[in-house]
Amino acid sequence: MAETHSLQDLQQPAVSSKVFVQRDYSSGTICKFQTKFPSELESRLDKQQFEETIQTLNNLYAEAEKLGGKSYFEGCLACLTAYTIFLCMETHYEKVLKKIARYIKDQNEKIYAPRGLLLTDPIERGLRVVEITIFEDRSIGSGR
Amino acid sequence: MKNCEYQQIDPRALSVLPSSAQNHTEKKAQRPRRKWEVFPGKNRFFCDGRIILARQNGVLPLTLSLIIVTCGLFFAFDCPFLVKHLTVFIPVIGGVLFVFVVLSLLRTSFTDPGILPRATPDEAADVEKQIDTSGSSTYRPPPRTKEILINQQVVKLKYCFTCKTFRPPRTSHCSLCDNCVERFDHHCPWVGNCVGKRNYRFFYSFIISLSFLTSFIFGCVITHITLRTQAGKTIVQAIQESPARYPFLELVVCFFSIWSILGLSGFHTYLVASNLTTNEDIKGSWSSKRGAEDSGNPYTYNSIITNCCATLCGPMPPSLIDRRGFLPHDEAIPAVSASEIELPPFTAKNDAHMEENCQDISLSCTA
Repeated sequence: MAETHSLQDLQQPAVSSKVFVQRDYSSGTICKFQTKFPSELESRLDKQQFEETIQTLNNLYAEAEKLGGKSYFEGCLACLTAYTIFLCMETHYEKVLKKIARYIKDQNEKIYAPRGLLLTDPIERGLRVVEITIFEDRSIGSGR
Repeated sequence: MKNCEYQQIDPRALSVLPSSAQNHTEKKAQRPRRKWEVFPGKNRFFCDGRIILARQNGVLPLTLSLIIVTCGLFFAFDCPFLVKHLTVFIPVIGGVLFVFVVLSLLRTSFTDPGILPRATPDEAADVEKQIDTSGSSTYRPPPRTKEILINQQVVKLKYCFTCKTFRPPRTSHCSLCDNCVERFDHHCPWVGNCVGKRNYRFFYSFIISLSFLTSFIFGCVITHITLRTQAGKTIVQAIQESPARYPFLELVVCFFSIWSILGLSGFHTYLVASNLTTNEDIKGSWSSKRGAEDSGNPYTYNSIITNCCATLCGPMPPSLIDRRGFLPHDEAIPAVSASEIELPPFTAKNDAHMEENCQDISLSCTA
């Protein structure tokens, strides 16, 4: 089919399937995702790249939920101000979430989009899953 | 390796695609609608999604009025007498405690307790696929559970049929609010909301400060009546005297609430120190009655101070339900185009009604 693929047409590429990377609860209730490589992505992505992405995400979430002097200080300060301080200040967790959003956007642009994949930020799915959307391969002769 | 014959996806153009559970009921709207307007749980939202409450307020108005009336009587009748005879710090301490109690109460009631948003249809289908590996012929499958290891201990995760997902550990579904809540403690009718991961610290500071407040008022009223009787009158005469009638009312309220509030504070202090929730304690999930070794609490840090710090001063997790986010536009989702046609008249009326409600509520909020 001789179709011209302009960017406007491609705003709705067909979704072939979705892969869900579930949470890993082996260390408790902290936010951590499984690093097991899904079989559906084998043809599109390197196992190492996938593991690196997930591991970096896990590290970022661990940083957000870390119990340490800084988080205790924030908690105590909030308690002393009867929690009104959260109305004007951004919490440490929210700052890390923004960092995560930037990282995911970056990964999508550099690694996933060129392979016809899209990572969805887990916060949009309630931190339950990392959703990877696999788009239809529209190549006529894929040359593999 | 890859010839890249297929065109590169523009991630920015696709950012509107991710569907949320709320898309099922998405309607074509004249103005962009926020996600709280199509939230599937039994909650009420005010101030354009900033404030969340359970649908059944329970006795929150009663709690607030009891606190305000008792403190009002205290400031009106006891304070003048005690300032004259004792110290001016009495109303100051009372005032600080009162403000702290009310702020904690409002914070507990109006904060999202840690509601887990429902699974998207794709997610639910994926989970179903993973469960039905054997192609069972029974029409109604048995309740689904999944066993996982947490800190070398077996924990069962239950499948939630309403939210269509396996509940994370320590999460429970509240039937009153019709939501799965993370680290679910209990649904408190006095604050009119669930108590969960995000508002447990507010709830704890509310009951602790309320214990101090009731004890303080109780002490002051006893002092007041004692000082009056020392001026030569009997207790009965002192109570019958016009301003002292009201302190007696305060006395009654404080006496009955002190037992319950102090008891509750003690109980929750124990829960905080052992990193348990009311739900787990009542069910006896980690009690040692079933085999001594393997029923320990897998979430405890084995140190009272660390448990307390983690529960009360830990990082504040974000709200997962994104109440004020905008719903994605209809034109990006071809699947709902068929239902768009008959919806506009209904939607227009619904929107107008909701906007009116919102404006009324936001006015009363800011008043």
